[in-house]
Amino acid sequence: MSADRMAGAGRSNKLLRALLYSVLILFAVYYLLPLYVMLVNSVKPLEEIRQGDMLSLPTLFTLEPWAKAWSSAQIGVQPTGLKPYFLNSVLMVVPAVTISTVLGALNGYILTKWRFRGDDVIFGLILLSCFIPFQIALIPAARILGMLGLAGTTTGLILIHVVYGLGFTTLFFRNYYAAFPTELVRAAQIDGASFFQIFRRILLPSSAPIIVVTVIWQFTNIWNDFLFGVSFGDFDSLPMTVALNNLVSSSGGVKEYNVHFAGAILAALPTLVVYIVSGRYFVRGLMAGAVKG
Amino acid sequence: MNRNRLQHIIPKLVLSPSLALILIFVYAFILYTFYLSMTDSRMLPSYGFVGFENYSKLWGLRHWWRALSNLAIFGSLYIVICSVLGLFLAILLDQKIRGEGFLRPIYLYPMALSFIVTGTAWKWFLDPGIGLENTMHQWGWTGFEFSWIKDRTLAIYTVVIAAVWQSSGFVMAMFLAGLRGVDSEIIKAAQIDGASNATIYRRIIIPMMRPVFLSAFVVLAHLAIKSYDLVVALTGGGPGQATELPATFMYSYTFTRNQMGIGASSAIIMLVMIFSIIVPYLYSELKPGRQR
Amino acid sequence: MSFLKIEKLKKSFGRVEVLKGIDLEIEEGGFLVLVGPSGCGKSTLLNTIAGLETITDGTISINGRSVNDLHPSERDIAMVFQSYALYPNMTVAGNIGFGMEIRGVAKAERDAAIARVAETLQIGQLLDRKPSQLSGGQRQRVAMGRALVREPQVFLFDEPLSNLDAKLRVDMRTEIKRLHQRMGTTIVYVTHDQIEAMTLATRIAVLKDGVLQQFGTPAEIYARPANLFVADFMGSPSMNLIPATLDADGADVAIVMKRDEGAPLVLPYAKNVPELAARKGEMVVFGIRPEALTDPDSADRNARHVSELDCDIEVIEPAGSDTFAVTRIGGREIVARLRADAPIIAGQKARLAFNLDKAVLFDPQTQLRIA
Repeated sequence: MSADRMAGAGRSNKLLRALLYSVLILFAVYYLLPLYVMLVNSVKPLEEIRQGDMLSLPTLFTLEPWAKAWSSAQIGVQPTGLKPYFLNSVLMVVPAVTISTVLGALNGYILTKWRFRGDDVIFGLILLSCFIPFQIALIPAARILGMLGLAGTTTGLILIHVVYGLGFTTLFFRNYYAAFPTELVRAAQIDGASFFQIFRRILLPSSAPIIVVTVIWQFTNIWNDFLFGVSFGDFDSLPMTVALNNLVSSSGGVKEYNVHFAGAILAALPTLVVYIVSGRYFVRGLMAGAVKG
Repeated sequence: MNRNRLQHIIPKLVLSPSLALILIFVYAFILYTFYLSMTDSRMLPSYGFVGFENYSKLWGLRHWWRALSNLAIFGSLYIVICSVLGLFLAILLDQKIRGEGFLRPIYLYPMALSFIVTGTAWKWFLDPGIGLENTMHQWGWTGFEFSWIKDRTLAIYTVVIAAVWQSSGFVMAMFLAGLRGVDSEIIKAAQIDGASNATIYRRIIIPMMRPVFLSAFVVLAHLAIKSYDLVVALTGGGPGQATELPATFMYSYTFTRNQMGIGASSAIIMLVMIFSIIVPYLYSELKPGRQR
Repeated sequence: MSFLKIEKLKKSFGRVEVLKGIDLEIEEGGFLVLVGPSGCGKSTLLNTIAGLETITDGTISINGRSVNDLHPSERDIAMVFQSYALYPNMTVAGNIGFGMEIRGVAKAERDAAIARVAETLQIGQLLDRKPSQLSGGQRQRVAMGRALVREPQVFLFDEPLSNLDAKLRVDMRTEIKRLHQRMGTTIVYVTHDQIEAMTLATRIAVLKDGVLQQFGTPAEIYARPANLFVADFMGSPSMNLIPATLDADGADVAIVMKRDEGAPLVLPYAKNVPELAARKGEMVVFGIRPEALTDPDSADRNARHVSELDCDIEVIEPAGSDTFAVTRIGGREIVARLRADAPIIAGQKARLAFNLDKAVLFDPQTQLRIA
C-alpha cells in the first residue's frame, strides 16, 4: 500500500519534472529567438526574407549582407559600412575604460583605507552620480565640450564616459576594498611603504576579480551607449550604436533587413564575446551595481 | 618628519580630480540645467529669466502628458512583469535543475546587448510585413494578426515586450542569488515542521526576498525612467507620439524642436522622479554602514 | 627611567572621546599589557603608539624622544596584528623582508636577516610558501618574524593569540614569554584575556571606556584591585562581590551579609583599618576571590584571620584539579574553590573557610576600594 503510494508519487514527480524542464526550455527559446532571427536572416538574400518566413533556415546561404554591413552600406550620407564606426567605438572604449577603472580603483582605495572626515559625504556624491538621468547633463555637457574644443571628438566622448562611469567604478572598488583587511595596510605603513607603494604592492595584486568586473561593466556600458554618442559624436567619432541606428532607420530606399541584422550582430559581437567568455564576472558587476553601497 | 603630513595630503590630492569632475559634470550641470529651465532658451541657451513659465508650458503640452502616461504604462508593466517573471524563473531554476549552468546564461545574455541592437531585432521581428505575422501567414495561419507596433494605442506594449526580454534575465539572476542566500537550516526546519515545498516558498522564502524586490524595483524604475535608446531604435517614438517617453521628449524638444527651456524643465522633472526613488533607497542602504 | 612614556593622551573620533587622558610608562625591557573589555580603547591606544592613529592631545615618547609627529615607520617599533596581516601575495620570506626592501636594504643583507629570524622562530622550511598555505600557528610565527627582523626598540602586539585555538594559544604564550626573556626588548601587548595579561606582564594597565582604571604589577592588580570594575574583570572565576553592611564595636569591625534563609552571616574584619569603624552602619561591597573561600582543610595555614561558617551549597562543579561550589550570600551567587575531593553534596550545608587576609572592601557609591 505504502509502496504503491510511493510509486504514484514518483510518477507524478516525474511528470512535474518534465513539465518543469519544458517550461524552462520554452523560456530559453523565447530568449534565444531574436538572436536566432538576426543570425538566420543575416545570411539570407533579401528576396528570400521578403518571400519566405523569418524563422526558416536560409535556402541560399550568403555572407554578402555581412560584407555590405561592414564595408559598404549607406550610413547617413556616406556608403562606408560600419567599419569606421566600429573603430571609433574601439578608440573611445579602450581609453575610457582604462581611465575610469584606474580612477575608480584609487578612489575606492582612498575611501576605505585613508578615511578622513567627510569622506562618506564625498562617496555619497559620487555614488548618486550613477543614477542621474543623462538628459540633465546633455545641454551643459555640449557647451563644455564646445568650450574645450572637444565637440564631436573621440576625446570628448572619452571624457564624458569617464566622468559618468566614475560612480560605478568607485562603488565597485570601494565595496571590494572595504572587505580588504585594513591591518594589511597598517602593517605596510609600519614597514615604511608609501601611499602608492601600498596600493601597488599590497592591494593591487589582490584586486584581479574586481578589476575584471569593473572592466567588463564599463566596457559593456560604454560600448552600448547611444545617448552620448548621438549627442556629442561626429563622423570621426560616432560610435557603433549610433551608426547601426542610422543604418536601420535611414528612410530612403529599400529596407535591407539582412544587412540590418548583420549590422546589429556586429554591434553586439564585442559585448557578447565578453559575456560568453566571462559571464560570471558580468553578472557580479550587475549585482554589485544593483545592491547596496 | 614631514612624511606624516604628506601621508594625509596625498589621498585627498589623488581623490580631488574625480571629485572635481563629479562636482562639475553632475552637480553644477544639474544647477545649470535647472537655471536654463527658467530661461527663454530656444535653439541656444539664452539668459532671459522667465521663472516657472517653461514648467507651466510643459504641463500644458499634450505631448508631455502622452510621454508621462506612456511612462506610467511602460514603467509599471516593465517592473511588474520583470519581477514576476524573474522570480518565477529563479524559483524554477532553483529546483536542482540539470543544465542550470547552460540555461542561466541564455536567460541573461540580452542584458549584455545594446538597446539599439535589441530594438533593431524586435523592430523587424514585430513588423507585420516581414516578421512574426508574416511568418504565421506563411505557415498557413492566415487569420493571425499581430501589428501592435503599427498601432497608436498598442505600440507602447511592444516597448514593454522588448524591454522585458532584455532585463528579465537580470532580475532572475538577482532573485536566484537571493534564493541561494537563504539559510538552508531554515528550510530544513520548515521541512521538519511538515511544510510542503509550495508553502515553504510562499510563507518563508518569498517573504525573505523583500530586499531583492526592493533592489529590483529601484533598478528597474531607474532604467524605465532613463529609457531612451530602446524607443529610438524600436519605434522612433511613433507611430505619431504613441511611444514617446520623457527621455525622448526631452531630446526632441531640446535638439530638434529648439525649445531648450522646455527640454531643460522636462529633464529636471526626470531628475526629480529618479531621485525621489533613489535617494531614500541609498539612504537606507548606506545607513548601517556609516559608522567607522 | 621610563623607556616608553605616555602623558595625558587623548584621542577623539569626531565628537566621541575614545581615550580620555591616559598616563602610562614602562621601563626598558618591560612587558606592558593593556587589558580591558572590547571598546575600552586599548587597541586605539596601541595604534596611537604605533602612529597608525593620530592623537588629539598629549605626548608619546620612546627612549626620551617624542614620536608624536613621526610616521609609523620612523618610530622604531614593530607590530604583530590580530589577523597577522601577512601580505597574501608575497611568500613568507617576502613578508619578512618587505620592510627592508622598502628601505632599500641590499638583497644579500636582507636574506641574511631573514634567515637569522627564521632560525630563531624555526620557520626556515616555510620561507618559500604563501601565507594561505600556512596553519594558524605558522602564520603567527611569520607575523612575529616580520616584527623581529626590524630589531625595534618596542614591540607592539595587538591581541596576537586571539585567533588561535586554546592549546596553541597556551603554547604561543609561553613562546612569547621566552622570547621576551631572551631578547629583553620592551613590549606593549593588548589583550582582552586577563589570564594572558597575568601570565605575561611585568606591568598591567586596565582600561575601561577610555579611562585608565589601574596600573600596576600583576600581583598588585590581582590582590588589591583599585575598584569594583578591576576586581570583577581580573581573575577567573571572578572575585565574589557581596553587598554587606559594616558593624563596629569600638575598633573591631564586622561585616554583615544577608542570607535568603536564617541569620545573616557575620564575619569579623580583623585587619586594623581605623577609618572603617567610622563607617559603621554603612553599605559596603565585600570582595573575596574563590580561592580564599574554601573547605576548612584547604584553608591557608599561614593566614592570620580565617572564619569558618556553614553555607548552603546549591551546585557543585568538579573541575578535576579543584571543585567549585556555588552558594548564595547577600542575594548573589558566590563561588568557592575547594580541593577536588572535598566531601560536599549539592543541596546540603557545608562548612566554608573565609580567608579574611585576602578579602577587600569597596565603597558601592564611589566603586573604589576602601580596605
